[in-house]
Amino acid sequence: MLTLNVNGTTHQVDVPGDMPLLWVIRDILKLTGTKFGCGIAQCGACTVHMDGKPVRSCVLPVQSVAGQEITTIEGISEKPLARKVQRAWLDHEVAQCGYCQSGQIMSALALLNDQTSINDHAIDLAMAGNLCRCATYTRIREAIKDVSESVGVWQP
Amino acid sequence: MKDQQVKLEMASRRRFLKGISAALGGLVVGAWLPPMAPKSAAAEAVAQGKASLGDSLADGFGAFVRVGHDGRVALISPKAEMGQGIQTGIAMMVAEELEVGLDQIDIQEAPPNAELYTDALLQFQATGGSTSTRYTWEPLRRAGATARMLLVRAAASVWETDSNLCHARDGKVFGPTGQKISYGELVDLAATYALPDDVILKRPEDFHLIGTPATRLDTPTKVNGQAKFTIDLDMPGMLITSARACPVYGGKVRQVDDKAARRVPGVRDIVILEDVVAVTATNTWACFQGLKALNIEWDYGANSKIDSAVVDQKLQDAIQRDGVIATEKGAIDASLQAASSKFEAVYEQPFLSRSPLEPMSCVVHVRDDGCDLWVGTQVPGFAQQTAAAVTGLKPEQVKVHNQWIGGAFGRRLDFDFITQAVRIASKVSYPVKLTWSREEDMTHDLYRPQYADRMTAAVNGEGFPVGWQHRIAGGSIFARYVGSLPASGVDPDAVEVAVDPIYKLDSLKVHFIREEPEVVPVSWWRGVGVLRSTFAIECFVDELAHNAGKDPLSYRKTLLAHKPRVLTALDLLASKVAWDSPVPRGRGRGLAVGEVFGSIVVTMVELSAIGEKGVRIERLVTVVDCGLVTNPTSVKAQMEGGTLFGLSAALFNEIDIKGGQVQQENFHAYRQLRISEAPPVEVHIVPSAEAPGGVGEAGTALIGPALLNAVNATFGDRVRRLPLVRSGYFIA
Ligand code: FES
Ligand code: FES
Repeated sequence: MLTLNVNGTTHQVDVPGDMPLLWVIRDILKLTGTKFGCGIAQCGACTVHMDGKPVRSCVLPVQSVAGQEITTIEGISEKPLARKVQRAWLDHEVAQCGYCQSGQIMSALALLNDQTSINDHAIDLAMAGNLCRCATYTRIREAIKDVSESVGVWQP
Repeated sequence: MKDQQVKLEMASRRRFLKGISAALGGLVVGAWLPPMAPKSAAAEAVAQGKASLGDSLADGFGAFVRVGHDGRVALISPKAEMGQGIQTGIAMMVAEELEVGLDQIDIQEAPPNAELYTDALLQFQATGGSTSTRYTWEPLRRAGATARMLLVRAAASVWETDSNLCHARDGKVFGPTGQKISYGELVDLAATYALPDDVILKRPEDFHLIGTPATRLDTPTKVNGQAKFTIDLDMPGMLITSARACPVYGGKVRQVDDKAARRVPGVRDIVILEDVVAVTATNTWACFQGLKALNIEWDYGANSKIDSAVVDQKLQDAIQRDGVIATEKGAIDASLQAASSKFEAVYEQPFLSRSPLEPMSCVVHVRDDGCDLWVGTQVPGFAQQTAAAVTGLKPEQVKVHNQWIGGAFGRRLDFDFITQAVRIASKVSYPVKLTWSREEDMTHDLYRPQYADRMTAAVNGEGFPVGWQHRIAGGSIFARYVGSLPASGVDPDAVEVAVDPIYKLDSLKVHFIREEPEVVPVSWWRGVGVLRSTFAIECFVDELAHNAGKDPLSYRKTLLAHKPRVLTALDLLASKVAWDSPVPRGRGRGLAVGEVFGSIVVTMVELSAIGEKGVRIERLVTVVDCGLVTNPTSVKAQMEGGTLFGLSAALFNEIDIKGGQVQQENFHAYRQLRISEAPPVEVHIVPSAEAPGGVGEAGTALIGPALLNAVNATFGDRVRRLPLVRSGYFIA
């Protein structure tokens, strides 16, 4: 039995310790907002927060995250900054198929949570690990810029 | 066009049907969508009887607009949502004519029903080929208008007044003396009327919704993790399954040692099929681990001798042959003889994978008395048929529950993975969710064929082509999808655009030389044949302009004097990018133009050279004239995304074969454009009242040639083979 803290709730899970966090979240806890895209930390679809930092859950053995606070896309909507990001995503019509967007939003939110000064370069660094096959990059950039401006951290 | 419209009106009047309101709890208006367009490649497939697409009416009730007693409008979408925003577009068309708000509309996925949902452009029930807006435009507006007229008539009868004195707005009918009544209260009465013969559609100048940047209906759940794709579904008693097919296409399983796999915690069953081994388990990770633990001995078969070099060589040989003549206009031989010069070039395009971000996935429950499929598919009718064929059930015993699609780009026009899922599910007693690993997905795609185009132009004294000969060699997607080529022996998809180039030519001869790769199956890739031919033609014309020492934009204009809409688009591009002012040193611009999927697109790329082979994309501009625009936000988004999708492939992508096996297994080896490399895409829409054109693939089709033309302008290097990185260039 492993003890996991996901979105503020403690779960006991009976899984092999080397099972990646992604599959525990999706198949055991049934939180399917976090997506599977590659399984090798190449696409970012599986991005969640571990103690506020973005991580690729597809390559994180679940035993290595016991005791840490995990946040998935389902767990962010209460936070005002997250709501701003989601709002900006809608205002800019970012999503196309939408499959990558949970991961995009988790990476963007981590950037906004973390940085007191954001510019295009910072966006590149924070978001380059998130692929979008629909190539919604232009709008992702605009949406992040928009939120950065509204919270006063945009510094081109 | 006029004729077509008249036919359309007659046909739809005849075929409009009204359901039984009691059964559905409201007013039901359906449109049978009449054939209205020249036959497409897929249409010929159907006409030949190669693809039988029928399905009884029992389950379907049309591309319906249904007004409930609560005033909400159910719209049964004949088109699958894969991110292109089509369901919002369809809802806008209906809402506009029905005079309701977009927020009053609920969208449901259409069940398979060829009779009701056949795409008049594709001529089978499918979402693809950039036909959706074009196909739904008239019939769905008509369905909305019909419902509105019936409701107005019902209100007029309640008030004992003339319906001409009443009007509808916001889901209500308003009378001459200030009366008002909501649609919900009128549906029972309205449902008793015969359908009107004289449905009048709104004039574009009266639109208040169409043409406005409406918010997509499907996006709110895509930003909070609530949106469900096939891969996210869960059913009572369901297990996960994942499969490994023979690494060489056409190979078979010889024997399997599954002892270690059975010991993986969570693994339930090992299913061994002729060419596939699958593991079922309580979770996806256990499936993947179980597959890894299998010891499979394969019989790779004949394809294991094929490498990429073999495919290359076969195509090089093929373009020396004449193949089958797809079209011949004027006398190309005479033109070539009389020409003051000739110019020949060969263009090559690689195998490509679609690799949408959601790996192939399908939920199936096979029972003795029926089968349910929950799957995002572009072809629900084919999904139903394949399940029936595998299980021996009747098609009507197979229910298809279509789902949102996590990217398709053509992938879910194929149903190989559905067939596989049903084969596996037939061997077990519980529902399964098939989930492919990325590796399985990338190495068992069906690939955009590798092509070689050899073009030979007869050039006059001023440096303009009087005609050209265009040889196209490659595998036939059409034949693979449908079963065989048309009687002509020409793949209509492969030669699209090539047989009717936009440029004015006195003579033209196009050859199709079929050269099947055999080693991998071939299929549709975003942009399809339009993209492949546009690539060759736009590179070639650019070279001709260069050879003539002429500006590539004004050179094209000279050859396009007969195409005023194209000229307008070119002029708009020229003004947006200040084409006439010189670019700074070390920079170069390339462009490409096309009439594609009913739209006109001009794309311009500006590059700068960083050292000898470093490419920096400074600017990417595209101008689109797609006729009347339903939702400008969706048009822009599709042009941006489609262009970058094509750019990613043109820069980086190529599938290699070694020993019959696809070498690229995941995104590290089949890399995609990242945000740090993606230039902003400037999209300019030409205002237009023409019939709507497609935009889902239009941007994709133009970026490849624009990029290579820009490389030539920047580096003085004429690259004729995609992807660009193959020639040693890199993104700087
Ligand atoms: S699934 Fe984890 S990075 Fe792709
Ligand atoms: S929106 Fe489709 S993959 Fe990003």
